[in-house]
Amino acid sequence: MRKTALNAVHRQLGAKMVDFNGWDMPVEYPKAGGLVAEHMAVRNSVGIFDVSHMGDIRVHGPQALAAVQHMTMNDASKLAIGQAQYSALLYPQGTFVDDVIVHRLGEDDYLLVINAGTREKDVNWVTGAAKDFDCKVEDLSDNYTQIAIQGPNGWKVLQKLTDADLTRVKFYWFTHGTVCGLPNTLIARTGYTAEDGFEIYVPTDEATSARVWNEIMEAGKEFGIVPCGLGSRNTLRLEGALSLYGHEISDTITVWEARLDRFIKMEKGGFTGRDALAKQKEQGLKRVLVGLENVERGIPRDGYKVFDLGGREIGYVTSGSPAPFLKKNIALAYVPLELSAVDTEVAVEIRGQQVKCKVVPTPFYKRPKKA
Amino acid sequence: MAFPADFKYTKEHEWIKIEGNTGTIGITDYAQQSLGDIVFVELPKVGSDLTSGKSFGTVESVKAVSDLYAPVSGTVIEVNQELATAPEKVNSDAHGAWMVKVTLKDPNEANGLLSVADYEKFVAEEH
Repeated sequence: MRKTALNAVHRQLGAKMVDFNGWDMPVEYPKAGGLVAEHMAVRNSVGIFDVSHMGDIRVHGPQALAAVQHMTMNDASKLAIGQAQYSALLYPQGTFVDDVIVHRLGEDDYLLVINAGTREKDVNWVTGAAKDFDCKVEDLSDNYTQIAIQGPNGWKVLQKLTDADLTRVKFYWFTHGTVCGLPNTLIARTGYTAEDGFEIYVPTDEATSARVWNEIMEAGKEFGIVPCGLGSRNTLRLEGALSLYGHEISDTITVWEARLDRFIKMEKGGFTGRDALAKQKEQGLKRVLVGLENVERGIPRDGYKVFDLGGREIGYVTSGSPAPFLKKNIALAYVPLELSAVDTEVAVEIRGQQVKCKVVPTPFYKRPKKA
Repeated sequence: MAFPADFKYTKEHEWIKIEGNTGTIGITDYAQQSLGDIVFVELPKVGSDLTSGKSFGTVESVKAVSDLYAPVSGTVIEVNQELATAPEKVNSDAHGAWMVKVTLKDPNEANGLLSVADYEKFVAEEH
Protein backbone atom coordinates (compact mmCIF):
# COMPACT_ATOMS: atom_id res chain seq x y z
CA MET A 1 0.00 0.00 0.00
CA ARG A 2 1.21 3.54 -0.75
CA LYS A 3 1.89 5.95 2.05
CA THR A 4 2.14 9.71 2.21
CA ALA A 5 5.07 11.34 3.98
CA LEU A 6 2.73 12.06 6.89
CA ASN A 7 1.79 8.43 7.52
CA ALA A 8 3.73 8.22 10.80
CA VAL A 9 2.16 11.48 11.96
CA HIS A 10 -1.34 10.11 11.41
CA ARG A 11 -0.54 6.91 13.28
CA GLN A 12 0.93 8.87 16.13
CA LEU A 13 -2.28 10.90 16.32
CA GLY A 14 -4.19 7.64 16.67
CA ALA A 15 -5.93 7.95 13.31
CA LYS A 16 -8.15 5.17 12.08
CA MET A 17 -6.50 4.20 8.78
CA VAL A 18 -8.16 2.80 5.67
CA ASP A 19 -7.18 1.66 2.20
CA PHE A 20 -8.26 4.48 -0.11
CA ASN A 21 -7.55 3.61 -3.75
CA GLY A 22 -4.38 1.82 -2.69
CA TRP A 23 -3.34 4.53 -0.23
CA ASP A 24 -3.06 4.02 3.51
CA MET A 25 -4.99 7.12 4.61
CA PRO A 26 -6.60 8.43 7.83
CA VAL A 27 -10.40 8.18 7.75
CA GLU A 28 -10.85 9.91 11.10
CA TYR A 29 -8.99 10.84 14.27
CA PRO A 30 -11.05 9.48 17.18
CA LYS A 31 -8.76 11.10 19.77
CA ALA A 32 -9.45 14.53 18.25
CA GLY A 33 -13.19 13.87 18.50
CA GLY A 34 -13.83 11.88 15.34
CA LEU A 35 -15.63 12.58 12.08
CA VAL A 36 -18.44 14.83 13.29
CA ALA A 37 -16.12 16.98 15.41
CA GLU A 38 -13.75 17.27 12.44
CA HIS A 39 -16.60 18.28 10.15
CA MET A 40 -17.86 20.93 12.59
CA ALA A 41 -14.34 22.31 13.16
CA VAL A 42 -14.02 23.00 9.42
CA ARG A 43 -17.45 24.65 9.22
CA ASN A 44 -16.93 26.75 12.35
CA SER A 45 -13.19 27.35 12.59
CA VAL A 46 -10.39 25.29 11.02
CA GLY A 47 -9.22 21.77 10.24
CA ILE A 48 -6.12 20.31 8.59
CA PHE A 49 -6.04 17.50 6.01
CA ASP A 50 -3.26 15.47 4.43
CA VAL A 51 -4.19 15.37 0.74
CA SER A 52 -0.80 14.28 -0.55
CA HIS A 53 -2.38 11.33 -2.33
CA MET A 54 -3.71 13.79 -4.92
CA GLY A 55 -1.65 13.87 -8.11
CA ASP A 56 -0.02 16.80 -9.86
CA ILE A 57 0.76 17.08 -13.57
CA ARG A 58 2.71 19.99 -14.99
CA VAL A 59 2.23 20.96 -18.63
CA HIS A 60 4.68 23.58 -19.86
CA GLY A 61 6.26 24.83 -23.06
CA PRO A 62 5.33 27.08 -26.00
CA GLN A 63 2.06 25.27 -26.78
CA ALA A 64 1.08 24.42 -23.21
CA LEU A 65 -2.09 26.54 -23.38
CA ALA A 66 -3.20 24.94 -26.63
CA ALA A 67 -2.62 21.50 -25.13
CA VAL A 68 -4.55 22.32 -21.94
CA GLN A 69 -7.38 23.83 -23.99
CA HIS A 70 -7.51 20.70 -26.11
CA MET A 71 -7.70 18.29 -23.14
CA THR A 72 -9.87 20.19 -20.64
CA MET A 73 -13.46 21.50 -20.75
CA ASN A 74 -13.10 24.89 -19.03
CA ASP A 75 -11.47 27.86 -20.75
CA ALA A 76 -7.86 27.98 -19.59
CA SER A 77 -7.19 31.03 -21.78
CA LYS A 78 -9.17 33.05 -19.22
CA LEU A 79 -6.67 32.25 -16.48
CA ALA A 80 -4.28 34.93 -15.30
CA ILE A 81 -0.95 33.81 -13.88
CA GLY A 82 -1.75 32.94 -10.29
CA GLN A 83 -5.31 31.87 -11.02
CA ALA A 84 -6.91 28.42 -10.91
CA GLN A 85 -10.12 26.91 -12.26
CA TYR A 86 -12.18 23.78 -11.77
CA SER A 87 -12.21 21.75 -14.97
CA ALA A 88 -12.19 18.19 -16.26
CA LEU A 89 -10.43 15.85 -18.65
CA LEU A 90 -13.03 14.28 -20.94
CA TYR A 91 -13.25 11.24 -23.17
CA PRO A 92 -14.47 11.81 -26.73
CA GLN A 93 -17.91 10.59 -25.51
CA GLY A 94 -18.16 13.60 -23.17
CA THR A 95 -17.68 11.44 -20.08
CA PHE A 96 -15.00 11.93 -17.44
CA VAL A 97 -11.39 10.83 -17.37
CA ASP A 98 -11.19 12.88 -14.16
CA ASP A 99 -12.00 16.29 -12.74
CA VAL A 100 -9.02 18.58 -12.21
CA ILE A 101 -8.01 21.96 -10.91
CA VAL A 102 -5.96 23.81 -13.52
CA HIS A 103 -3.47 26.32 -12.10
CA ARG A 104 -1.66 28.76 -14.36
CA LEU A 105 1.84 28.88 -12.90
CA GLY A 106 3.46 31.05 -15.57
CA GLU A 107 3.20 32.35 -19.12
CA ASP A 108 3.17 28.85 -20.68
CA ASP A 109 3.10 26.79 -17.55
CA TYR A 110 0.12 24.91 -16.06
CA LEU A 111 -0.35 22.58 -13.10
CA LEU A 112 -3.22 20.09 -13.12
CA VAL A 113 -4.18 18.72 -9.70
CA ILE A 114 -5.87 15.35 -10.10
CA ASN A 115 -7.44 12.57 -8.02
CA ALA A 116 -5.49 9.85 -6.23
CA GLY A 117 -7.40 6.91 -7.67
CA THR A 118 -6.87 8.04 -11.26
CA ARG A 119 -3.25 9.16 -11.13
CA GLU A 120 -1.69 6.73 -13.60
CA LYS A 121 -4.67 6.87 -15.96
CA ASP A 122 -4.59 10.68 -15.92
CA VAL A 123 -0.85 10.94 -16.49
CA ASN A 124 -1.12 8.61 -19.49
CA TRP A 125 -4.15 10.46 -20.79
CA VAL A 126 -2.55 13.90 -20.48
CA THR A 127 0.69 12.65 -22.03
CA GLY A 128 -1.26 11.24 -24.99
CA ALA A 129 -3.43 14.33 -25.36
CA ALA A 130 -0.39 16.64 -25.38
CA LYS A 131 1.75 14.68 -27.81
CA ASP A 132 0.91 16.81 -30.87
CA PHE A 133 1.71 20.02 -29.03
CA ASP A 134 5.07 21.59 -28.40
CA CYS A 135 5.07 21.16 -24.62
CA LYS A 136 6.32 18.91 -21.86
CA VAL A 137 4.21 16.82 -19.51
CA GLU A 138 5.73 16.03 -16.13
CA ASP A 139 4.23 13.89 -13.39
CA LEU A 140 5.05 15.78 -10.19
CA SER A 141 2.73 13.70 -8.00
CA ASP A 142 5.52 12.38 -5.83
CA ASN A 143 7.15 15.78 -5.43
CA TYR A 144 4.65 17.29 -3.03
CA THR A 145 3.18 16.79 0.37
CA GLN A 146 -0.14 18.56 -0.07
CA ILE A 147 -1.74 19.91 3.08
CA ALA A 148 -5.19 21.51 3.16
CA ILE A 149 -6.03 24.05 5.87
CA GLN A 150 -9.78 24.50 5.64
CA GLY A 151 -12.38 26.58 7.42
CA PRO A 152 -13.19 30.26 8.05
CA ASN A 153 -10.15 30.62 10.32
CA GLY A 154 -7.80 28.74 7.98
CA TRP A 155 -6.26 31.89 6.58
CA LYS A 156 -5.48 33.23 10.06
CA VAL A 157 -3.62 30.03 10.94
CA LEU A 158 -1.62 29.98 7.73
CA GLN A 159 -0.92 33.73 7.92
CA LYS A 160 1.07 33.13 11.11
CA LEU A 161 3.41 30.85 9.18
CA THR A 162 3.97 32.75 5.94
CA ASP A 163 5.25 36.09 4.65
CA ALA A 164 2.71 36.04 1.81
CA ASP A 165 -0.22 38.42 2.33
CA LEU A 166 -3.11 35.95 2.26
CA THR A 167 -5.77 38.66 2.31
CA ARG A 168 -4.67 39.43 -1.26
CA VAL A 169 -5.21 35.86 -2.44
CA LYS A 170 -8.79 35.47 -3.62
CA PHE A 171 -10.71 32.20 -3.75
CA TYR A 172 -9.35 30.02 -6.57
CA TRP A 173 -6.16 32.10 -6.85
CA PHE A 174 -2.71 31.18 -5.58
CA THR A 175 0.62 32.71 -4.74
CA HIS A 176 4.13 31.64 -3.82
CA GLY A 177 5.69 32.51 -0.49
CA THR A 178 7.81 31.29 2.37
CA VAL A 179 5.84 28.88 4.57
CA CYS A 180 7.41 27.52 7.76
CA GLY A 181 10.77 28.72 6.43
CA LEU A 182 10.32 26.94 3.09
CA PRO A 183 10.82 29.49 0.30
CA ASN A 184 8.73 29.62 -2.88
CA THR A 185 5.96 27.40 -1.55
CA LEU A 186 2.80 27.16 -3.64
CA ILE A 187 -0.13 28.49 -1.57
CA ALA A 188 -3.55 28.07 -3.21
CA ARG A 189 -6.89 29.28 -1.89
CA THR A 190 -8.63 26.08 -2.93
CA GLY A 191 -10.17 23.06 -1.23
CA TYR A 192 -12.81 20.39 -1.25
CA THR A 193 -14.89 21.31 1.77
CA ALA A 194 -17.28 24.00 0.47
CA GLU A 195 -15.53 26.31 2.92
CA ASP A 196 -12.83 28.95 2.62
CA GLY A 197 -9.34 27.49 2.94
CA PHE A 198 -5.88 26.93 1.56
CA GLU A 199 -3.85 24.11 0.12
CA ILE A 200 -0.07 24.23 0.34
CA TYR A 201 2.49 22.14 -1.54
CA VAL A 202 5.68 21.32 0.37
CA PRO A 203 8.60 18.91 -0.22
CA THR A 204 7.81 15.24 0.34
CA ASP A 205 10.59 14.32 2.74
CA GLU A 206 9.13 12.99 5.96
CA ALA A 207 10.94 15.33 8.31
CA THR A 208 9.88 18.50 6.47
CA SER A 209 6.32 17.26 5.96
CA ALA A 210 5.94 16.40 9.64
CA ARG A 211 7.47 19.69 10.74
CA VAL A 212 5.07 21.73 8.57
CA TRP A 213 2.07 19.69 9.78
CA ASN A 214 3.07 20.18 13.40
CA GLU A 215 3.72 23.89 12.98
CA ILE A 216 0.25 24.32 11.47
CA MET A 217 -1.27 22.36 14.36
CA GLU A 218 0.59 24.57 16.83
CA ALA A 219 -0.40 27.80 15.03
CA GLY A 220 -3.99 26.59 14.91
CA LYS A 221 -4.24 25.76 18.59
CA GLU A 222 -5.84 29.09 19.49
CA PHE A 223 -8.54 28.39 16.88
CA GLY A 224 -9.15 24.83 18.04
CA ILE A 225 -7.66 23.25 14.91
CA VAL A 226 -8.24 19.50 14.52
CA PRO A 227 -6.71 16.95 12.15
CA CYS A 228 -9.34 15.77 9.66
CA GLY A 229 -9.57 12.51 7.74
CA LEU A 230 -11.22 11.27 4.59
CA GLY A 231 -14.50 10.72 6.46
CA SER A 232 -15.12 14.40 7.14
CA ARG A 233 -13.60 15.33 3.79
CA ASN A 234 -16.40 13.29 2.23
CA THR A 235 -19.25 14.68 4.35
CA LEU A 236 -17.97 18.24 3.88
CA ARG A 237 -17.80 17.93 0.11
CA LEU A 238 -21.19 16.20 0.03
CA GLU A 239 -22.86 19.10 1.89
CA GLY A 240 -21.33 21.34 -0.76
CA ALA A 241 -22.52 18.92 -3.50
CA LEU A 242 -18.98 18.73 -4.88
CA SER A 243 -18.45 15.82 -7.25
CA LEU A 244 -16.33 12.80 -6.40
CA TYR A 245 -14.83 10.72 -9.19
CA GLY A 246 -16.35 7.23 -9.31
CA HIS A 247 -19.55 8.59 -7.74
CA GLU A 248 -21.11 11.70 -9.29
CA ILE A 249 -18.73 11.67 -12.25
CA SER A 250 -17.16 8.74 -14.09
CA ASP A 251 -16.34 7.35 -17.52
CA THR A 252 -20.05 6.60 -18.09
CA ILE A 253 -21.47 9.96 -16.95
CA THR A 254 -21.45 13.11 -19.08
CA VAL A 255 -20.87 16.72 -18.07
CA TRP A 256 -24.52 17.68 -18.64
CA GLU A 257 -25.79 14.75 -16.58
CA ALA A 258 -23.49 15.75 -13.72
CA ARG A 259 -24.80 19.31 -14.07
CA LEU A 260 -21.35 20.83 -14.30
CA ASP A 261 -22.54 23.18 -17.05
CA ARG A 262 -20.93 26.25 -15.53
CA PHE A 263 -17.45 24.72 -15.84
CA ILE A 264 -17.71 23.81 -19.52
CA LYS A 265 -17.04 26.42 -22.18
CA MET A 266 -18.47 25.14 -25.44
CA GLU A 267 -17.68 28.44 -27.17
CA LYS A 268 -13.93 28.28 -26.50
CA GLY A 269 -13.33 26.09 -29.57
CA GLY A 270 -12.51 22.44 -30.10
CA PHE A 271 -11.68 20.15 -27.19
CA THR A 272 -11.97 16.46 -26.53
CA GLY A 273 -15.56 15.51 -25.74
CA ARG A 274 -17.10 18.67 -27.20
CA ASP A 275 -18.80 17.07 -30.21
CA ALA A 276 -20.48 14.34 -28.18
CA LEU A 277 -21.67 16.91 -25.66
CA ALA A 278 -23.04 19.20 -28.36
CA LYS A 279 -24.97 16.24 -29.70
CA GLN A 280 -26.28 15.22 -26.29
CA LYS A 281 -27.43 18.77 -25.65
CA GLU A 282 -29.39 18.67 -28.89
CA GLN A 283 -30.94 15.29 -28.18
CA GLY A 284 -31.76 16.07 -24.58
CA LEU A 285 -30.85 14.34 -21.34
CA LYS A 286 -32.34 11.17 -19.94
CA ARG A 287 -30.98 11.47 -16.42
CA VAL A 288 -29.48 14.18 -14.24
CA LEU A 289 -27.85 14.51 -10.86
CA VAL A 290 -30.10 15.87 -8.12
CA GLY A 291 -29.89 16.52 -4.41
CA LEU A 292 -32.16 14.48 -2.16
CA GLU A 293 -33.18 15.04 1.42
CA ASN A 294 -34.97 12.46 3.54
CA VAL A 295 -38.65 12.99 4.25
CA GLU A 296 -38.99 9.71 6.14
CA ARG A 297 -36.46 8.24 8.55
CA GLY A 298 -33.43 6.48 7.12
CA ILE A 299 -30.01 7.15 5.70
CA PRO A 300 -29.49 6.90 1.94
CA ARG A 301 -26.06 5.48 1.12
CA ASP A 302 -23.83 5.21 -1.95
CA GLY A 303 -25.29 2.75 -4.46
CA TYR A 304 -28.80 2.52 -3.01
CA LYS A 305 -31.56 2.30 -5.61
CA VAL A 306 -34.03 5.12 -6.25
CA PHE A 307 -37.69 4.45 -7.12
CA ASP A 308 -40.62 6.60 -8.13
CA LEU A 309 -43.58 6.55 -5.76
CA GLY A 310 -45.20 3.96 -7.99
CA GLY A 311 -42.41 1.51 -7.19
CA ARG A 312 -40.59 1.71 -10.53
CA GLU A 313 -36.79 1.74 -10.27
CA ILE A 314 -35.56 5.04 -11.73
CA GLY A 315 -32.00 5.64 -10.60
CA TYR A 316 -29.39 5.32 -7.89
CA VAL A 317 -27.64 7.22 -5.12
CA THR A 318 -24.09 8.29 -6.00
CA SER A 319 -23.26 9.54 -2.50
CA GLY A 320 -25.42 9.56 0.59
CA SER A 321 -24.76 10.26 4.25
CA PRO A 322 -25.90 12.01 7.36
CA ALA A 323 -24.84 15.65 6.98
CA PRO A 324 -23.23 16.63 10.28
CA PHE A 325 -23.58 20.41 9.93
CA LEU A 326 -27.03 20.43 8.33
CA LYS A 327 -28.24 17.66 10.65
CA LYS A 328 -30.20 16.00 7.85
CA ASN A 329 -29.73 12.88 5.81
CA ILE A 330 -28.80 13.88 2.28
CA ALA A 331 -27.83 12.27 -0.99
CA LEU A 332 -26.84 12.96 -4.55
CA ALA A 333 -28.58 10.71 -7.04
CA TYR A 334 -29.20 10.17 -10.72
CA VAL A 335 -32.89 10.32 -11.65
CA PRO A 336 -34.78 10.80 -14.93
CA LEU A 337 -35.04 14.40 -16.08
CA GLU A 338 -38.82 14.39 -15.60
CA LEU A 339 -38.39 13.57 -11.89
CA SER A 340 -35.62 16.07 -11.22
CA ALA A 341 -37.61 19.17 -10.29
CA VAL A 342 -37.22 20.52 -6.75
CA ASP A 343 -39.83 19.10 -4.34
CA THR A 344 -40.44 15.99 -6.45
CA GLU A 345 -40.88 13.02 -4.13
CA VAL A 346 -39.04 9.78 -4.79
CA ALA A 347 -38.11 6.78 -2.65
CA VAL A 348 -34.72 5.37 -1.78
CA GLU A 349 -34.62 1.67 -1.01
CA ILE A 350 -32.95 1.22 2.35
CA ARG A 351 -32.60 -2.44 3.38
CA GLY A 352 -35.70 -3.44 1.48
CA GLN A 353 -37.81 -0.48 2.66
CA GLN A 354 -38.95 2.32 0.39
CA VAL A 355 -38.01 5.48 2.25
CA LYS A 356 -39.45 8.74 0.97
CA CYS A 357 -37.07 11.54 -0.05
CA LYS A 358 -37.57 14.77 -1.95
CA VAL A 359 -35.51 16.62 -4.50
CA VAL A 360 -33.90 19.74 -3.01
CA PRO A 361 -31.71 22.47 -4.51
CA THR A 362 -27.94 21.96 -4.44
CA PRO A 363 -25.54 22.73 -2.93
CA PHE A 364 -27.12 21.58 0.32
CA TYR A 365 -24.72 23.91 2.14
CA LYS A 366 -23.42 27.28 1.02
CA ARG A 367 -20.88 29.06 3.15
CA PRO A 368 -21.97 32.42 4.51
CA LYS A 369 -20.73 35.45 2.60
CA LYS A 370 -18.06 37.39 4.40
CA ALA A 371 -19.45 40.29 6.40
CA MET B 1 -11.08 -0.38 27.44
CA ALA B 2 -12.84 -2.21 30.26
CA PHE B 3 -15.50 -4.84 29.56
CA PRO B 4 -17.91 -5.86 32.33
CA ALA B 5 -17.07 -9.25 33.80
CA ASP B 6 -20.71 -10.29 34.19
CA PHE B 7 -21.48 -9.95 30.45
CA LYS B 8 -21.03 -12.54 27.72
CA TYR B 9 -19.73 -11.50 24.29
CA THR B 10 -19.85 -12.38 20.58
CA LYS B 11 -17.14 -12.16 17.96
CA GLU B 12 -19.38 -9.61 16.23
CA HIS B 13 -18.94 -7.39 19.29
CA GLU B 14 -22.35 -7.67 20.93
CA TRP B 15 -22.69 -8.11 24.67
CA ILE B 16 -25.44 -9.84 26.61
CA LYS B 17 -26.19 -9.69 30.30
CA ILE B 18 -28.18 -12.67 31.47
CA GLU B 19 -30.39 -12.45 34.56
CA GLY B 20 -32.56 -15.49 35.07
CA ASN B 21 -34.46 -16.07 31.86
CA THR B 22 -33.87 -12.56 30.51
CA GLY B 23 -31.02 -11.34 28.33
CA THR B 24 -30.14 -7.65 27.85
CA ILE B 25 -28.24 -7.00 24.61
CA GLY B 26 -26.03 -4.18 23.37
CA ILE B 27 -22.80 -3.57 21.46
CA THR B 28 -19.39 -3.29 23.07
CA ASP B 29 -17.27 -0.25 23.64
CA TYR B 30 -14.85 -1.66 21.09
CA ALA B 31 -17.67 -1.82 18.52
CA GLN B 32 -18.82 1.74 19.09
CA GLN B 33 -15.26 2.97 18.80
CA SER B 34 -14.74 1.17 15.50
CA LEU B 35 -18.01 2.53 14.15
CA GLY B 36 -17.42 6.14 15.12
CA ASP B 37 -20.23 8.68 15.57
CA ILE B 38 -23.45 6.65 15.78
CA VAL B 39 -26.43 8.42 14.24
CA PHE B 40 -29.10 5.76 13.79
CA VAL B 41 -30.12 2.54 15.53
CA GLU B 42 -32.80 0.34 14.00
CA LEU B 43 -34.29 -2.21 16.39
CA PRO B 44 -36.96 -4.91 16.17
CA LYS B 45 -40.42 -4.52 17.69
CA VAL B 46 -41.50 -6.02 20.98
CA GLY B 47 -42.73 -9.55 20.35
CA SER B 48 -40.40 -10.32 17.45
CA ASP B 49 -38.15 -13.36 17.57
CA LEU B 50 -34.37 -13.27 17.49
CA THR B 51 -32.34 -16.17 16.12
CA SER B 52 -28.86 -16.71 17.46
CA GLY B 53 -26.24 -15.53 14.95
CA LYS B 54 -28.81 -13.76 12.74
CA SER B 55 -29.18 -10.03 12.20
CA PHE B 56 -31.84 -8.38 14.38
CA GLY B 57 -31.22 -4.73 13.53
CA THR B 58 -28.68 -2.21 12.34
CA VAL B 59 -26.56 0.49 13.78
CA GLU B 60 -25.34 3.30 11.55
CA SER B 61 -22.48 5.70 12.03
CA VAL B 62 -21.91 8.65 9.72
CA LYS B 63 -19.68 6.46 7.58
CA ALA B 64 -21.09 2.96 7.76
CA VAL B 65 -23.98 0.58 8.31
CA SER B 66 -23.44 -2.38 10.61
CA ASP B 67 -25.70 -5.33 11.33
CA LEU B 68 -26.56 -6.30 14.88
CA TYR B 69 -26.28 -10.04 15.45
CA ALA B 70 -28.28 -11.86 18.08
CA PRO B 71 -26.03 -13.52 20.66
CA VAL B 72 -28.89 -15.89 21.55
CA SER B 73 -32.35 -16.85 20.34
CA GLY B 74 -35.32 -15.35 22.12
CA THR B 75 -38.35 -13.08 22.05
CA VAL B 76 -38.04 -9.31 22.40
CA ILE B 77 -39.81 -8.05 25.52
CA GLU B 78 -38.46 -4.53 25.63
CA VAL B 79 -36.71 -2.09 23.27
CA ASN B 80 -34.59 0.85 24.39
CA GLN B 81 -36.67 3.69 22.91
CA GLU B 82 -34.16 6.27 24.05
CA LEU B 83 -31.81 5.24 21.26
CA ALA B 84 -34.30 6.37 18.62
CA THR B 85 -33.73 9.99 19.61
CA ALA B 86 -30.30 9.71 21.25
CA PRO B 87 -28.28 7.11 19.32
CA GLU B 88 -25.06 8.84 20.46
CA LYS B 89 -25.63 7.24 23.89
CA VAL B 90 -24.12 4.12 22.35
CA ASN B 91 -20.88 6.06 21.84
CA SER B 92 -20.81 7.61 25.28
CA ASP B 93 -21.88 4.53 27.25
CA ALA B 94 -21.84 1.37 25.11
CA HIS B 95 -22.17 -1.02 28.03
CA GLY B 96 -25.04 0.96 29.56
CA ALA B 97 -26.92 1.78 26.34
CA TRP B 98 -28.70 -1.54 25.93
CA MET B 99 -30.71 -2.16 22.79
CA VAL B 100 -33.19 -4.96 23.45
CA LYS B 101 -34.22 -7.27 26.25
CA VAL B 102 -35.25 -10.80 25.34
CA THR B 103 -36.71 -13.84 26.97
CA LEU B 104 -34.22 -16.61 26.29
CA LYS B 105 -35.39 -19.52 24.21
CA ASP B 106 -32.71 -21.80 25.62
CA PRO B 107 -30.65 -20.63 28.62
CA ASN B 108 -27.91 -23.12 27.71
CA GLU B 109 -27.29 -21.30 24.41
CA ALA B 110 -25.32 -18.62 26.26
CA ASN B 111 -22.69 -21.16 27.24
CA GLY B 112 -21.31 -20.95 23.71
CA LEU B 113 -20.57 -17.22 24.02
CA LEU B 114 -17.26 -15.61 24.90
CA SER B 115 -16.35 -14.84 28.49
CA VAL B 116 -14.87 -11.42 29.24
CA ALA B 117 -11.34 -12.91 29.22
CA ASP B 118 -11.94 -14.59 25.85
CA TYR B 119 -13.40 -11.41 24.42
CA GLU B 120 -10.54 -9.24 25.63
CA LYS B 121 -8.12 -11.66 24.00
CA PHE B 122 -10.16 -11.64 20.79
CA VAL B 123 -10.19 -7.82 20.64
CA ALA B 124 -6.46 -7.65 21.32
CA GLU B 125 -5.82 -9.99 18.42
CA GLU B 126 -8.16 -8.16 16.06
CA HIS B 127 -6.68 -4.79 16.84
